[in-house]
Amino acid sequence: MSGLDARIVVHRPGFALDLALTAAPGEVVALLGPNGAGKSTALRALAGLVPSGGHLCVDGADLSALPADRRGIGMVFQDYLLFPHLSALDNVAFGLRCRGARKAAARREATGWLDRMGLAAHAASRPRALSGGQAQRVALARALAVRPGLLLLDEPLSALDAHTRLEVRAALRRHLDGFAGAAVLVTHDPLDAMVLADRLVVLEAGRVVQEGAPAEVARRPRTGYVARLVGLNLFRGRVEVREHGPVAVVQDGPSIDIATSLRGEVFLSFSPASVALYRTRPDGSPRNLWRATVGGVEPQGDRVRVRLDAPGRTVAADVTPAAVADLGLVTGSEVWTSVKATEIQVYPA
Amino acid sequence: MTRRRDGNRGRAPLVLVLPALVGLAFLVLPLVGLLARAPWTTLGTRLAEPQVREALRLSLVTATLATALCVLFGVPLAWLLARVPFPGVRLARALVTVPLVLPPVVGGVALLLVLGRRGLVGRWLDDAFGVTLPFTTAGVVLAETFVAMPFLVISVEGALRAADRRYEEAAATLGAGRWTVFRRVTLPLVAPGIAAGAVLCWARALGEFGATITFAGNFPGRTQTMPLAVYLALENDPQAAIVLSLVLLAVSVAVLAALRRRWVSAP
Amino acid sequence: MKRILSAAVAALTLLTAAACGDDGGKSEDRTLTVLAAASLTETFTALGKTFERAHPGVKVRFSFGGSSALAQQIVQGAPADVFAAASPATMKTVTDDGDASGAPQVFARNRLVIAVPKGAAKVHALKDLAAKGNKVVLCAEQVPCGAAAKTALAAAGLTVRPVSREQDVKAVLTKVRLGEADAGLVYRTDVGAAAGQVTGIDFPEAAQAINAYPIAALAKAPQLALARQFVAFVLSPAGQDALTRAGFEKP
Repeated sequence: MSGLDARIVVHRPGFALDLALTAAPGEVVALLGPNGAGKSTALRALAGLVPSGGHLCVDGADLSALPADRRGIGMVFQDYLLFPHLSALDNVAFGLRCRGARKAAARREATGWLDRMGLAAHAASRPRALSGGQAQRVALARALAVRPGLLLLDEPLSALDAHTRLEVRAALRRHLDGFAGAAVLVTHDPLDAMVLADRLVVLEAGRVVQEGAPAEVARRPRTGYVARLVGLNLFRGRVEVREHGPVAVVQDGPSIDIATSLRGEVFLSFSPASVALYRTRPDGSPRNLWRATVGGVEPQGDRVRVRLDAPGRTVAADVTPAAVADLGLVTGSEVWTSVKATEIQVYPA
Repeated sequence: MTRRRDGNRGRAPLVLVLPALVGLAFLVLPLVGLLARAPWTTLGTRLAEPQVREALRLSLVTATLATALCVLFGVPLAWLLARVPFPGVRLARALVTVPLVLPPVVGGVALLLVLGRRGLVGRWLDDAFGVTLPFTTAGVVLAETFVAMPFLVISVEGALRAADRRYEEAAATLGAGRWTVFRRVTLPLVAPGIAAGAVLCWARALGEFGATITFAGNFPGRTQTMPLAVYLALENDPQAAIVLSLVLLAVSVAVLAALRRRWVSAP
Repeated sequence: MKRILSAAVAALTLLTAAACGDDGGKSEDRTLTVLAAASLTETFTALGKTFERAHPGVKVRFSFGGSSALAQQIVQGAPADVFAAASPATMKTVTDDGDASGAPQVFARNRLVIAVPKGAAKVHALKDLAAKGNKVVLCAEQVPCGAAAKTALAAAGLTVRPVSREQDVKAVLTKVRLGEADAGLVYRTDVGAAAGQVTGIDFPEAAQAINAYPIAALAKAPQLALARQFVAFVLSPAGQDALTRAGFEKP
């Protein structure tokens, strides 16, 4: 098959990575996960920089047994690692020269790549004279110049400041769109993943915990890590049908009223904005009402994120700054909390 | 704010400055002694003596050749020690420093035992090729290489350890084999370390005495380098010894200063 | 400048004195410092022991080295009591500077021999030194053994092209012992010290270049009386016996 088809197995004391990974030509797959999940190790194993078990095929060719320099896989490193003693042009020409191109020919082709990246004026610059964004583009050009079947990007935006990042992210998206091969991107930033990738693979402790299109992953997180990443509250429970309707029984936790026709193990997710807070017990009898202690109050833009602790459940709620004042929300204060059953997304576990 | 920072910079702590000055004085005073006792009036005629020019020429040539040998063999050795985890690497690293702690005369005797006419290797060299090294200029170069090489290896190994190995990984992903990586990435990255090591090497080789006179002997024009000439002059003509020392000193300082200027101004 | 230098020398002297100042307070515990030529190492060490036994409370400390270097040290003010040199020329450096107490006396003579590696057969007589293909090492002319070799070879009318002019007689001996050189000219006493590894060959012209060893108590000796006693001991029958056993000739 064309594109990437790999299984990466790496064992180290206290760490095991076992990851099956595919990517079609033209597809960008983002490996997302917390620190230490094994994302970078997986990438380095693909590049041949870390020994690994399993297999690795790119466009039908089995590369498993080859050393890094004969795999023909392009890689953009976290802080780019442009050779400090070479000009931008010679950095880009480096891979071509290694593949036997003559100096003049390699430089001609490298010049073409720098043109495409809008860096023609910086061809003679040493890496230390380049801005972060420029260096990133040189690194990308260097990796692409050897026309790899597989492109690996290790945290390609993490070395940039917030402002540059916005621009470079968009530019990188364009260049990735123009790349015909498979691409694997490692990031811990959900926004980078959403913007740059066609598919997300979430890695935790060396294993895949969720996989899918970015929108799907964002809407239906399946682990606490992903839920926090996309800003949703998440519970896992078993559906039981009571006389007033279905409830999800969370292990060692509450029973939550839900609106669903699903049965068995399910995930429940709901937005912090859909959590309502009251200082006293509200009139009527809204379902899913419980008392909680404010565990933390933290402004986020024009909203305030409130952490609510109750036995068996910790949820996040987003309220307006005015509501914080009205309800007298400080760490340690007690509030009544409710979520409407219709605001809760239910999907099979 | 700026002013206070400048003030702080200006007032270096006395506890550092005092020992620093003592150290400097300790290094410089012997030089002052040489300058004070130098027979300035006869300096010109002494320098014109062919023996002096011969010894100086031989010193410069052999020290430079020895440095070249040190770089040729020392850089790969440093690479091996820094990059290839082979069994016994710690022992190898310790052995590399042996010439540093060995009294040079002992080093010379050791060289004789190995490379001498009846030495372990020298015997074979003599039988097979009719080559004997003691009492030859090549012997001087070998003796100087022996004592100077550790300076290069230690300096380059340090540079290799300090260099970011991920550059080498980046080169590998671009298709560079180990030799290409070494030549086009590692070597340029550690070039300052190699340069510093080579300077140390050269200076050490230039001043080499004990191993040289023991292994290569002393014969004007062939194996009598400046330090040997100085030593023998000291036997019956201390004034001449001072002149020779000053010449050696002046030439080495001039060469090192010129090289340094070149490196500092390099991009 | 001269003042700085003499101050530095004084400071060094003080340091040295303090470092080995075991003769400090008590008059019984005295240290005699003897600077002697390297070729005297074995004999004088033994003589020192005998002298110590005869003078309870006295320690004899030796500094062996090249005669010229030792003479330089004395001229530069090194604290010492006795100087035993391997040639009158080096002793002259000291007497000219007014550092000797009284006239130096010759206490031994040494004769050159041809040293060849044990079992080697290339050199049998002095004329073989001039033969092509023989590697010969001599002392540098600046040191006493080199001067003596020059005289002896001139007396024999031989022109020898050495491969090396070594800094002292022990270095010549090393080259011969290791077989690097086919022959060298050394003192008879040195062959004795390297017994078993080097063979000595006498030659008549050596008589033209017999080396005299002068000894003198030093003018600035911290232990001048003791120094004179030591000189007398070296010249006494007991001292002469020891020297003869080591291969020296009587003065």
